[in-house]
Amino acid sequence: MNKENGDLMMRTVALAGNPNVGKSTIFNALTGLKQHTGNWSGKTVSYAKGLCQYEGHTYNVVDIPGAYSLLAHSKEEEVARDYLCFGGADGVVVVCDGTCLERNLNLLLQILELTDKVVVCVNLLDEAAKKGIKINLPLLEEKLGVPVVGTVAHHKEELGSILKRLEEIFAAGEKREAVYINYPDYIEEEIGRLTNILPQEIGDKAYKRWLALRLLEGDQGFKETLLAQNSKAEEIEKEAEESRKRLQERGIAKETLADEIVTAILRKAQRIAEEVIYYENEDCHQKDRRIDRILTGKISGYICMALFLVAIFWLTIVGANYPSELLGIFFDRGEIFLADLFVQLRLPEALSALLLEGVWRTVGWVVAVMLPPMAIFFPLFTLLEDVGYLPRIAYNLDKPFKCCKACGKQALTMCMGLGCNAVGVMGCRIIDSPRERLMAILTNSLMPCNGRLSALIMLFSLLALAKGGGELGGIGIALGMSALLVMSLFATLLINKLLSQTILKGVPSSFVLELPSYRKPQIAQVLVRSVFERTLLVLKRAVVVAAPVGALLWVLANISAGEMSLLSYLAAKLDGIGSLMGLDGVILLAFILGLPANEIVVPIIIMGYLAEKGLVETSSLSQLQELFWANGWNEVTVICLLVFMLFHWPCATTIWTIRKESGSLKWSLLAILLPTFLGMSLCIVINLAAKVFGF
Amino acid sequence: MEYTLKDLPAGSWSYVKRLDINGKMRRRLLDLGLVKGNRVSCMGASPLGGLRAYQICGAVVAIRDEDAALVLIDRPRGWGDE
Repeated sequence: MNKENGDLMMRTVALAGNPNVGKSTIFNALTGLKQHTGNWSGKTVSYAKGLCQYEGHTYNVVDIPGAYSLLAHSKEEEVARDYLCFGGADGVVVVCDGTCLERNLNLLLQILELTDKVVVCVNLLDEAAKKGIKINLPLLEEKLGVPVVGTVAHHKEELGSILKRLEEIFAAGEKREAVYINYPDYIEEEIGRLTNILPQEIGDKAYKRWLALRLLEGDQGFKETLLAQNSKAEEIEKEAEESRKRLQERGIAKETLADEIVTAILRKAQRIAEEVIYYENEDCHQKDRRIDRILTGKISGYICMALFLVAIFWLTIVGANYPSELLGIFFDRGEIFLADLFVQLRLPEALSALLLEGVWRTVGWVVAVMLPPMAIFFPLFTLLEDVGYLPRIAYNLDKPFKCCKACGKQALTMCMGLGCNAVGVMGCRIIDSPRERLMAILTNSLMPCNGRLSALIMLFSLLALAKGGGELGGIGIALGMSALLVMSLFATLLINKLLSQTILKGVPSSFVLELPSYRKPQIAQVLVRSVFERTLLVLKRAVVVAAPVGALLWVLANISAGEMSLLSYLAAKLDGIGSLMGLDGVILLAFILGLPANEIVVPIIIMGYLAEKGLVETSSLSQLQELFWANGWNEVTVICLLVFMLFHWPCATTIWTIRKESGSLKWSLLAILLPTFLGMSLCIVINLAAKVFGF
Repeated sequence: MEYTLKDLPAGSWSYVKRLDINGKMRRRLLDLGLVKGNRVSCMGASPLGGLRAYQICGAVVAIRDEDAALVLIDRPRGWGDE
């Protein structure tokens, strides 16, 4: 295959495998690159690359999306297939799940038809052992004809042997006899004919054979990619057409041919599995089934979902209190220290104020108040994902999605949206049907992302305080947050329904939802990595986004346009629509300025008020409440703000991702308008109702 | 009478006979291991219905009832049966 790099010593190695086999964990261990690993299909949505050194050789490791088959079904499987077929990798590491090897052998055998430069890595051996599944690795190696390495994803030593076996393959161009799949004679005849006419330079014998098979099948998507890659493609296609005709004359329809090919591979996989896998107990998945009986039970399933949700929010709220307080003190003291320093440095007063009141405070707010809940919620949710629970949520919730003519997998993309809407939108690639995928993309931002969750928690705490209950306690807020998420779910379903009855008409399409077996989460690793990851992300955004916006805000507040400051002027312009929605101009302005990142909206509101009213202490919630109430807020304002925080335009990154994923400006615009319209109308209704009923 | 996957009660199993479905979904189901002669067992149903989980080739996948109705199987058997 062709080389991508000029450097001959640099080898490109693709990491392939079914979804949920720990591929990304192995990728991380090999490259040390930070990349989030997921336990559901479609987490690695485009490929990640990283460098890795072993005994003087440098490898360019490419992590491609998980796939069950090279016969692409979904968009992400297409990405995987195209990379393996045309990406020009020197070798492939195929990662398999030791707990269901037979299933994984299907993809492995398909890849082995394509190339024999393969190292097989049977992962999750520890989980397999727990289930009483034993795999004879030397025998598997003998059967497959390529190196086989057994691994437990978090053991580094074994990863070394993957590289060692890879090196074996590359060294001296050793020719191995990889496993060979025999097809019925009439197929073999046509394969023989086609391989003879394929040009020499196209690849080795195995690759030609593989190509001939695909040509016989007449796979449409594949044909297009091939046409783009090869100049002789049309000639070849003509021959393939004749071969297909010959088969048809013998009474073999296209469907039969595909069946025969798939069946031949599956049979081979079964034969190998029977020989190399030993089951110690008859029913090795018994434990999974017991857990499933509870987590997907008729009533218990929903109780568990609710419990998990409330528990996660509760832990987030309680856990964030202390670090928030500490960070608050740090930023307060820091301000005093910096103020002294600036005086000593004889900085101009305006510059000093810009830096302290504008930049430092906004950043301080984002870090002290928004960061701790984000850094706690995210890893907790990641843990749920790590044990394999999220596909069960989709399983439990399929019916309502089906009623809205949507795909059950949309629930998975919504879960991803809780972490980040941009990731959720990308994750929609796991949905096969273009119509259902578009629906999932358009509605993803109705799910509050990590940054908005933080703001929602803060607003709820404020509401609890205003209600006079003092500290309502974590449980009350957690319940409120859970209720908000249920509201998001209903809004998503409602808009799905609306879309499927108007501009995205269609019938629900077929889909297959994989339910991976439960596994012990790598708690320490998940906690450390995702807390670290979130913290870094928020800190980076605080510097890149919050700091300049803080500065801009200060400038707006201190430049006068006629009688009042520019800030007041802009806010006054927005006041009309703001007050109709139960909010005010400053809040709306904050939402507009907060377009780059949702976690800066509330800090901007505070800065906006402070900049106008002069200095106020804001280190505690009750002082904040005073500030807000002094600016004309009441409970209805907070409720409207909660609703608008939940439903408004997506952040800039998400909009950009939607544009890329939907490929059209029209859909991106709709994705902005839908939640905005929903949020605005809800706010207006709430505000008017409150006025009518005299709150 | 002819049975389909939809008629397979939770906790029972059978052998696949053929697929009455064409196009992409046929490929997908074949790829999962739903080929003639393979064993398939039903693991349970989604609490609200409409979707059921099946074990095929050692892995569990959920398929909507509409699709399951297009997979023809042999008579359902209980756990102990052969």
